Amino acid sequence: MPKDHGIGAAQKRREDVRFLTGAGQYTDDINVYGQTYCAFLRSDVAHGRIVSIDTSDAEAMPGVVRIFTGKDFEGVGGLPCGWQVTDKHGEPMKEPGHPVLAQGKVRHVGDPFAAVVAETLEEARNAAEAIVYDIEELPAVVDMKAALAPGATKVHDDLPDNLCYDWQFGSDQADVDKAFAEAAHVTTLELVNNRLVANPMEPRVALGEYSRANDESTLYTTSQNPHVIRLLMGAFVLGIPEHKLRVVAPDVGGGFGTKIFHYAEEAFVTFASRQINRPVKWTSTRSEAFMSDAHGRDHVTKIELALDADNNFTGLRTDTLANMGAYLSTFSSSIPTWLHGTLMAGNYKTPAVQVNVKAVFTNTVPVDAYRGAGRPEATFQLERLVDKAARELGVDPITLRRQNFITEFPYTTPVAVQYDTGNYIATMDKLEEMIDRAGFAARRAESAKNGKLRGLGVNCYIEACGIAPSNLVGQLGARAGLYDAATVRVNATGTISVMVGAHSHGQGHETAFPQVVAEMLGIDESMIDIVHGDSSKIPFGMGTYGSRSLAVCGSAMVRATEKIINKAKKIASHLLEASEADIELKDGQFTVAGTDKSVAWGDVTLAAYVPHNYPLEEIEPGLEETAFYDPSNFTYPSGAYACEVELDPETGKVEILNFAAADDFGNVVNPMIVEGQVHGGIAQGIGQAMLESCVYDENGQLLSASYMDYAMPRAEDVPFFKVDHSCVTPCTHNPLGVKGCGEAGAIGSPPAVVNAVLDALNSGGFDVAHIDMPVSPHRVWKAMHG
Amino acid sequence: MYSFEIETPTSLADALSALGQDEAQALGGGQTLIPSLKARLASPAVLVSLAKIDEIKGITAGDGTVTIGGGTTHAAVAAGVAGSYPALAALAGNIGDPAVRNRGTIGGSLANNDPAACYPAAVLASGATIVTNTREIAADDYFQGMFTTALEEGEIVTAVTFPIPEKAAYLKFEQPASRFALVGVFVAKYPDGVRVAVTGASESGVFRWTEAEAALSADFSVAALDGLSLPAEGMMGDLHGSGAYRAHLVAVMTKRAVTAAG
Ligand SMILES: Cc1cc2nc3c(=O)[nH]c(=O)nc-3n(C[C@H](O)[C@H](O)[C@H](O)COP(=O)(O)OP(=O)(O)OC[C@H]3O[C@@H](n4cnc5c(N)ncnc54)[C@H](O)[C@@H]3O)c2cc1C
Repeated sequence: MPKDHGIGAAQKRREDVRFLTGAGQYTDDINVYGQTYCAFLRSDVAHGRIVSIDTSDAEAMPGVVRIFTGKDFEGVGGLPCGWQVTDKHGEPMKEPGHPVLAQGKVRHVGDPFAAVVAETLEEARNAAEAIVYDIEELPAVVDMKAALAPGATKVHDDLPDNLCYDWQFGSDQADVDKAFAEAAHVTTLELVNNRLVANPMEPRVALGEYSRANDESTLYTTSQNPHVIRLLMGAFVLGIPEHKLRVVAPDVGGGFGTKIFHYAEEAFVTFASRQINRPVKWTSTRSEAFMSDAHGRDHVTKIELALDADNNFTGLRTDTLANMGAYLSTFSSSIPTWLHGTLMAGNYKTPAVQVNVKAVFTNTVPVDAYRGAGRPEATFQLERLVDKAARELGVDPITLRRQNFITEFPYTTPVAVQYDTGNYIATMDKLEEMIDRAGFAARRAESAKNGKLRGLGVNCYIEACGIAPSNLVGQLGARAGLYDAATVRVNATGTISVMVGAHSHGQGHETAFPQVVAEMLGIDESMIDIVHGDSSKIPFGMGTYGSRSLAVCGSAMVRATEKIINKAKKIASHLLEASEADIELKDGQFTVAGTDKSVAWGDVTLAAYVPHNYPLEEIEPGLEETAFYDPSNFTYPSGAYACEVELDPETGKVEILNFAAADDFGNVVNPMIVEGQVHGGIAQGIGQAMLESCVYDENGQLLSASYMDYAMPRAEDVPFFKVDHSCVTPCTHNPLGVKGCGEAGAIGSPPAVVNAVLDALNSGGFDVAHIDMPVSPHRVWKAMHG
Repeated sequence: MYSFEIETPTSLADALSALGQDEAQALGGGQTLIPSLKARLASPAVLVSLAKIDEIKGITAGDGTVTIGGGTTHAAVAAGVAGSYPALAALAGNIGDPAVRNRGTIGGSLANNDPAACYPAAVLASGATIVTNTREIAADDYFQGMFTTALEEGEIVTAVTFPIPEKAAYLKFEQPASRFALVGVFVAKYPDGVRVAVTGASESGVFRWTEAEAALSADFSVAALDGLSLPAEGMMGDLHGSGAYRAHLVAVMTKRAVTAAG
């Protein structure tokens, strides 16, 4: 019998009732008395010098309250980067300023350089169009190689070479050189990890409100981490002390990383509302989102694998250019380095691994974390490369992988991380069972009858979740701790509110988190609610990204619940007149071991708040506990994925027929939610692999600036997924043994898709070594016809 | 969106007089016009909605023809000509999504003449007649390049009359993002010959592939098309496909349309 309560139960998501019936409260649903509206004037050139901005005509337009330009922000800070990377020479990365509204120059299409606050949105837009400005267009630099070439246009006048940092990490040079010098075979691959636009269904919104009565600002915003925004905006940009700044992120309609960051529009509405003493609201249009939400990925990589005569991996070396865009977004610097380089060993025991990354400024929208953040880039390179090696060597790609798997844990990689646990053979076994490999030849023959080429692609992945041990990331340059926090507030009648630092924007925390507490206390989930998203209600947690919520914030919640249990047992022992050591908690009853004397959960909680018969001299009344949890390591989910495609050689169109994912997420609290997370992740991975591509022309104009040209995956583009998470090696260092599942699908799926397409092409006699994503019909056709 | 007035006349006569106002524009289903208004790319002072004018809606069968009112939605066409002209019904039923099909109209599509739209291929391949409030225009005279037609300012498409072919099929190769036609080919076989119209591909909008027409008129078979191809010059090239790729797809889709037509 599957469980229907507590940990492991596939409970339906309680939050879906409000989401699916239109009762969700998103930021744009919030309207406050006296609210004004704001429209940004954004650069339509990729690079230009601001010669003049004349707002006088616009100020006279109907409804205009105030117009702001970069000058108004000269007295405040710029948008900070949260992670300082140190380059291979020991120098700190270059950190050009990022003003809230552009000053001196505009540096990408969409860079805001003026903003109108007006009584209505239409009036704000009309006035924004009436602003007279002279922007002298400068040559734009878009391509990363061109940006690094001598004499290239400078994105920031004070940076000589558009280079943010030149980073190197991993094994000693001598060891890497030796592996390649002695290699029996070297496989080399050059590839692009395509730039993506996250496109959450809900565009970003920010509403700033200032209360003169208590000198307090409130920012309502579409954020994955309200406390991070409070910290960054309060301390670094606007200088508002924390106790005078409240950040609320209510229901958020998808984040995928792009709502982690602190954006100019948030600082703007908060600042402007204080200036004009009225609330200011901004709602992004979809067009604005394309040119102002941080983009994802955009790496260009050369990767090489050295193998010995027995096909053992002996060395791996990568050279990556990572696009930062025009400015450093909040966590941008950490993505191609610590979130990418440290995963480069993958699932393999390659003894020498070296990662080189140059981060480059260009006249494009800033690039930062997007579902997977660095790990999809690592996985894609490595798993494409291993497949290419197998083809070159004429060996089975699964066999080659198995042969090189890490099999003993804990395992410390040459790129510094220690995998605590895993079983890559088990997930690969499971995958092979799921995909009916034996039947593939017959299916391929069937496709051939219809003039189609069938291909099967496989890959594995390893990723790091549960970011992160604060002392470690501090050494690596993080400018914040990465713990999380939870407060368990037990009410007099025994119901519970759990205030958590994690933020749920589609992950289902409101369902899964209560399952954990319910399991621990033996009470029903319906007695427990999660409170999140409001810095004035929750403890200082760091929010949701990097599949960290359950592993880090959930662990804090477990610790706080343990404190609750300890205190409740003290109260129960008093009520039962027994020794505390003899009290057992089971199914919501406190029992004296070995007797039938018991007291119910609700009686204990009532006693805590109505302490008539209570050990007041020993413990305080009330039942509320907070815990902060700082993990001792990352968690390492892993798995094996397979994709089966059919390719139409006449048109180059690829259809995905089957997709299977065997994941090891450690222990699973709610299998239904986990499955949904994997489905969504794979859909986005397929989107990257087959459809999505953010493209600039050589002048820095965004060509894929709407859904007419930016192809999102749709239901018809994805098959029914086969998903399994029965291979479990529990995480060894957090109390729940959980690893995280939010990004795995997006990390593990792109190489499987591309490997499958190449398998199909090669089976048809087309000697194609690689196709860059998205593997569009046109690209496949071009690859087939040289 | 800029502000505008909207009028919803219930007769064609009222609509025409409303359209006589300064900066007035007809509003069909709004599936093209409303997005461009929202993007502030158009700023009509008055929108004259055609949605409540019954006399330009609906489908009537004639002698070997079917006539579709200019204000008829794609969904109504998909349902209404399924028996009489299945290839046309299939085309209409595959435009956009249900929301688009329940609002967008054939008249709006033809007035707009998007180079990647579906209807122009059907109209041109069928040798249909575009009926307006002032005249009848043969398909061959109507399409005059991307987003350009024979329509005069303020002229309304009131109906389109399609001769019903013996056999026909429309094959659409979707542009991955917009799902409009990257290349769409409509093949229609009539007693006096075969017409082949291509949308999505050319820089000059929908066109007839006359070599294919001649070959298929002589022998309506896939084999008749062997060796026929179009030059890449003059074909559109963009993020989703080069001119050469589009030219190639035209040949492939034409063959498939012949097969599908049976
Ligand atoms: C998401 C989406 C997907 C789509 N996919 C496709 C597709 O796959 N294939 C395809 O072909 N189309 C597609 N379309 C376009 C759709 O078919 C539109 O409905 C059509 O192009 C315009 O018709 P409308 O009635 O909506 O016209 P409107 O948008 O109202 O008007 C368009 C233009 O035509 C004028 N106009 C409207 N009606 C008349 C009339 N009777 N006489 C004269 N002028 C008139 C208007 O003044 C305006 O200039 C899609 C649209 C959307 C939004």
